Amino acid sequence: MPVVRLRAPLSELAGGNRELELDGSTVGEVLQALEREHPDVRGWILDEHGAIREHINVFVNRDYGRVDTAVGEGDRLHVLPAISGG
Amino acid sequence: MTQLLVGTKKGLFVLEGEAGSPFEITSRAFAGEPVEFATRDARSGRWLAAVTSAFYGPKVFYADDPAGEWEQAAGLELPENAEAPLERLWTIVPAEDDDHLYAGGAPGVLFESHDGGSSWELNQAFWEQPTRPEWSPGAGGMCMHSIATWPGDPSRVALAISAVGVWLTEDGGKTWRSGNKNLYPRYMPEEAREDTLTLCVHNMHRAPTQPERLFMQFHGGVYRSDDAGESWTSIADGLPSDFGFPMVLDPADPDSAFVIPLVADMDRTTPEGKVRVYETRDAGASWTPRGDGLPQEGAYLTILRQAFCGEGSGEGMGLYFGATSGDVFGSGDAGKTWFTAATKLPPVHSVRAA
Repeated sequence: MPVVRLRAPLSELAGGNRELELDGSTVGEVLQALEREHPDVRGWILDEHGAIREHINVFVNRDYGRVDTAVGEGDRLHVLPAISGG
Repeated sequence: MTQLLVGTKKGLFVLEGEAGSPFEITSRAFAGEPVEFATRDARSGRWLAAVTSAFYGPKVFYADDPAGEWEQAAGLELPENAEAPLERLWTIVPAEDDDHLYAGGAPGVLFESHDGGSSWELNQAFWEQPTRPEWSPGAGGMCMHSIATWPGDPSRVALAISAVGVWLTEDGGKTWRSGNKNLYPRYMPEEAREDTLTLCVHNMHRAPTQPERLFMQFHGGVYRSDDAGESWTSIADGLPSDFGFPMVLDPADPDSAFVIPLVADMDRTTPEGKVRVYETRDAGASWTPRGDGLPQEGAYLTILRQAFCGEGSGEGMGLYFGATSGDVFGSGDAGKTWFTAATKLPPVHSVRAA
């Protein structure tokens, strides 16, 4: 299964887990699985329409991922705030 | 003792003190996150904060103690047919019936809670307004920032949106109609002013003891309505500028209003480097500057639409406002004299007395 890696505050919303194995064949499916397993995460990474929030980056291993990016066994999904803001 | 909730670009600050002396920071929550608005529902004692993380989106949180644990409220999201997700939440207002609250946000949306703010649902009738595809946002987004309830009558509410004007309901939000007669949007071409919906209201308040009366700070204009928001009369004569954002009323005096003029839309700073609040006690027929104790030299401040509030009423009414400079000023005598309550905070988005 793919592995999702989280930092605070997302890891706190995911029950203190900084790393979780989750089902899914795309980034979107894996993040939806994360929301099902830890409902407090709902709305923080994906918006209410299932899109990755504008200033959140999801990397699949070392490459930028999108909702429809395919993922497989052992892939690591890093959920990180973008380099933006003020 | 006065307790202020100061929403800033970098968190919520709770300040405590006595009018006339600097206030103390007693707690900070949501460190690093933009807090657009925070208030305390006097009915329940519950604290509510609208937080719009640049990364994680807009949320409402609630707590019984601002220094304690905050819980995230549920249901603040847009339906599938929305073109974009919820952008921001601008205000939270207790309604007239128990445990009922309103929240206004962008893009021009109204949410309601019937459990004191724990969970929310979209007001569908307002969401489904047939003219919505024609609506335009102001510079800060299509923000619903003003929600004026009618004391003792939960069926009557007035909303104001930048830049979609005033909206009225008389059936508790089942149906809505606009109330924009005689508003003068000089930022529109003359031939388009008559029937435009692009009406940039900056702030609107109802006089609680005479609820058919409302006051409005417009994007270039200060107005009063004496017919519950159906039509408006300019009351800007006597002000140094008719541009500004926030407004406060003395709840005991239906002829009162306080505004903080800024130069103009192209220069959103206090005129001549002087910080002055202007007061009317005759429903806008005349205005009196109130600057004793406020910076009167080299002070080019910007005061945002939610960053001014009142506490109490009458001659001892408290007035408090914060600027994007991070300064917070207060008065304990309805504006006759002022003091500096805090300095060097992050840019101030909102100020409310607890």
